[in-house]
Amino acid sequence: MADSGETEGPGNKDVIERAKNDGRELTKEEKQRLRKEKKQQKKGKEKKDDKASQDGEKREKKPVSSASPAPQPATQPPTQKAPPAVPALVPVPASETPPPGDKPAKSKAELKAERRARQEAERASKQGKKGDVGGQQVAAGKPKAPPSELQPVVKRLPEYMQADNPEVLKKLAKKLERQQTPEYNAATKIPLRSDYGYKVSLFSHLHQYSRKAPLTQQLSIPSTVIHPAIVRLGLQYSQGIVAGSNARSVALLHAFKQVIRDYTTPPNEELSRDLVNKLKPYISFLNQCRPLSASMGNAIKYIKKEISNIPSQCKEEEAKSKLLTCIECYINEKIILAAKAIAKSSIEKISDGDVILVYGCSSLVNHILCEAFEKNRKFRVIVVDSRPRLEGREALRRLVQRGISCTYVLISAVSYILPEVSKVFLGAHALLANGYVMSRVGTSQIALVAKAFNVPVLVCCETYKFCERVQTDSFVSNELDDPDDLIVTRKGKTQLEHWQDVRLLGLLNLVYDVTPPDFVDLVITDLGMIPCTSVPVVLRVKNVDQ
Amino acid sequence: MELQAVLMAAGGGSRMTDLTYNTPKAMLPVGNKPLMWYPLNLLERVGFEEVIVITTREVHKMMSSDSKIKLDVKMKLDVVCIQEDGDMGTADALRHIQERIKTDILVVSCDLITDVALHEVVDLFRAYNATLAMLMSKAHEFTETVPGQKGKKKTAEQRDFVGVDQSGKRLLFMANEADLEDGLSIRKSIVRKHPRMHIKTGLVDAHLYCLKKAVVDFLVDNKSISSIRGELVPYLVRKQFSKTTNSQKIKDDAEDQNQKKNDGPTNHELLISSRDEPLLQLAQERSCWNDHRGDMSEAYHGGKLRCYVHIMDEGPCYRVNTICREANFSKCYRYGIGVRLDTDGSDIGYYYYHYYYYYYYYYYYYNYSSLRRRFINYRDE
Repeated sequence: MADSGETEGPGNKDVIERAKNDGRELTKEEKQRLRKEKKQQKKGKEKKDDKASQDGEKREKKPVSSASPAPQPATQPPTQKAPPAVPALVPVPASETPPPGDKPAKSKAELKAERRARQEAERASKQGKKGDVGGQQVAAGKPKAPPSELQPVVKRLPEYMQADNPEVLKKLAKKLERQQTPEYNAATKIPLRSDYGYKVSLFSHLHQYSRKAPLTQQLSIPSTVIHPAIVRLGLQYSQGIVAGSNARSVALLHAFKQVIRDYTTPPNEELSRDLVNKLKPYISFLNQCRPLSASMGNAIKYIKKEISNIPSQCKEEEAKSKLLTCIECYINEKIILAAKAIAKSSIEKISDGDVILVYGCSSLVNHILCEAFEKNRKFRVIVVDSRPRLEGREALRRLVQRGISCTYVLISAVSYILPEVSKVFLGAHALLANGYVMSRVGTSQIALVAKAFNVPVLVCCETYKFCERVQTDSFVSNELDDPDDLIVTRKGKTQLEHWQDVRLLGLLNLVYDVTPPDFVDLVITDLGMIPCTSVPVVLRVKNVDQ
Repeated sequence: MELQAVLMAAGGGSRMTDLTYNTPKAMLPVGNKPLMWYPLNLLERVGFEEVIVITTREVHKMMSSDSKIKLDVKMKLDVVCIQEDGDMGTADALRHIQERIKTDILVVSCDLITDVALHEVVDLFRAYNATLAMLMSKAHEFTETVPGQKGKKKTAEQRDFVGVDQSGKRLLFMANEADLEDGLSIRKSIVRKHPRMHIKTGLVDAHLYCLKKAVVDFLVDNKSISSIRGELVPYLVRKQFSKTTNSQKIKDDAEDQNQKKNDGPTNHELLISSRDEPLLQLAQERSCWNDHRGDMSEAYHGGKLRCYVHIMDEGPCYRVNTICREANFSKCYRYGIGVRLDTDGSDIGYYYYHYYYYYYYYYYYYNYSSLRRRFINYRDE
């Protein structure tokens, strides 16, 4: 009878039904009323919930209307904003002292509340039979969800964006300590790289490392904690020997192949779980050497998924060879074939007599231009370059080596040269979920000026660089490179040599910036040519596929 | 495992026979510790857990009875004894232990005393995927003459000419003056690829080398090379710029005539490719980095064999291989800041940590004649 659906009848019926289930429910209702009173009295105080039955009740409150979760926030960590429904409910039951027998003097709202509480209690009793333990955990998880509907959610910022918060740094150091390979004791851990130099205040939440202090000086030389291939890779990242989104991903996957080859499953462990745990300290190490790029992040997610999908009865050799082929397939599909597909689509967009502007050194754009030149399109290229990286020189070398006629300018001359340009091809480091393009710093300037001159801007990007992050400005998440790169020696004089001694001077060497979708006319991906705003669609389709 | 350490402790000390007539060079006391303790300590501090020690039977016996080495050195020492006749060069020794070598090696000489940050040398080896990475240091001028010997000027014919590129890291040229008959000749291919080269003569070779495993395999096949420093290193440095071909003959280069026969078949062995060579190649192609600029070639000029050197500017780096050096070094060591040290070494113990600074402090003391007298006593012991 308790399970039959309750009808919203008049108050008398409720009274009778309540009388039937007197022993258990009333106490629960009473407790609810007490809770409401307490909440009204002591707002912002944390209440402890020590009864399992109440946990069960809380579980039920989520599907019920927003008024019912009102009692719950009372037992949660302090809430700043009391939901509007609560004051409505709270004074009503609080107005009368809650002896169980005091029924006739109840108002309509209070009866409603009691009815609701009864429904929940019945549901609780139903599910309480199913299993208390599961309920406990779910209750722990679920109560977090309703408060988020009612109040501003406090999102947790990733730790790489909290370099100026000492607690976060301490937590990071502890996390690196804990992340060791299991066979070594606590003496060996991944070192924490310390920041270098004065950081401009707007970017003080980011890390800034010096190239002259590599992470390897804190590691032992025949590196035993971290696989030598990963140490080598980290060193190459921090010295800039492997630079560029595609190159970094390929090098990362190559290093992971070596790690997998050298991996042996410990006696009581499963490969699918242990290997993922083995990779975690390596990934933190690489993150310390240089913050991971979006493409690397996607590659790591893919590998972790493949590893955890290995069936447990699979033998080690078989599993390892399967993983190695997976990695090779990934590289082949997402990087090599994607580049071919993009080149094919882009060549349609390049017509004879075109003047194409490129910025910096994007491996994909260089590939496209070389392919187009081989297909006998007649065009010339203007390479725009910027300090301190001066990557355009490398792009210039690669294009001229093929025979393409090029012009080289610095970014300060972009508005001078743009009247000559017919198209702009840009590469991307990542495409964000709101359509913004994250690329080398200076790209948004080029796109802006091109828009002002009505020159079409085409961004070329493989789909594996699409990332679910949303960013509208270049400040919130970026990368700070070594500030000493900005120091230059001309005619034997180095003016900025002692920049650290000047109190009011800070050197800022940003690596990335975001370009809004208004400036981008087309994104050429391996799925085809899409407008910038279709990126979330692609992401959604990708997730569904997986 | 990444690196295996090999300590060469079988040297005879040919330039310090006055001191080595009784004890082998590796066990000569410097301060209160035998000479080979210093490189072992360097390796231990950096994090090595095992070392292969190549030495003679006599030294091995002294090592096992020596308390300093037994107690202080926590690493596992895998001692390989070789004959004492002095015919075996360092490369021959490597060939001898070839089956123990499973990864890249770090070869150290027993007479090296330094506090270099080893990661600088090894990082060059790792980051650029080098075949050889070595350590050199700017020579410190020892103004003190050795008592008991006539003023013997250091002859200039022992100079080493070392050519490095603009960054100061890549080793382009190495030759000893004794090998050069009538002038320094540099191949055109080097100059074409590296138009700016710095040639230095005042460098001390620390005899610390990081070598790839492929080099050891190459040594096994080429029994003509017997010394690492004398033959192998100049060979590798030269090999960087020779035309890399597997099957076709090397084109004529005037200087190459005598080596043409050797270069052909041995070339491909040094360029052993790793299993995922195409992936590495792809990563390098896609990377927008180049080690040089100004010409049309890709990173490293497409060369697979690379030699790097780390040149220490400051900090001690001594090779104890002549009497003059040994004398100066022991003197610095023993006559420290104000405390007179006993020969049994009981007071010297804690000075180990300060010995680096002795070099800078010793010129305050070298005028004291009393100290010089004590030095002569040491020589007689």
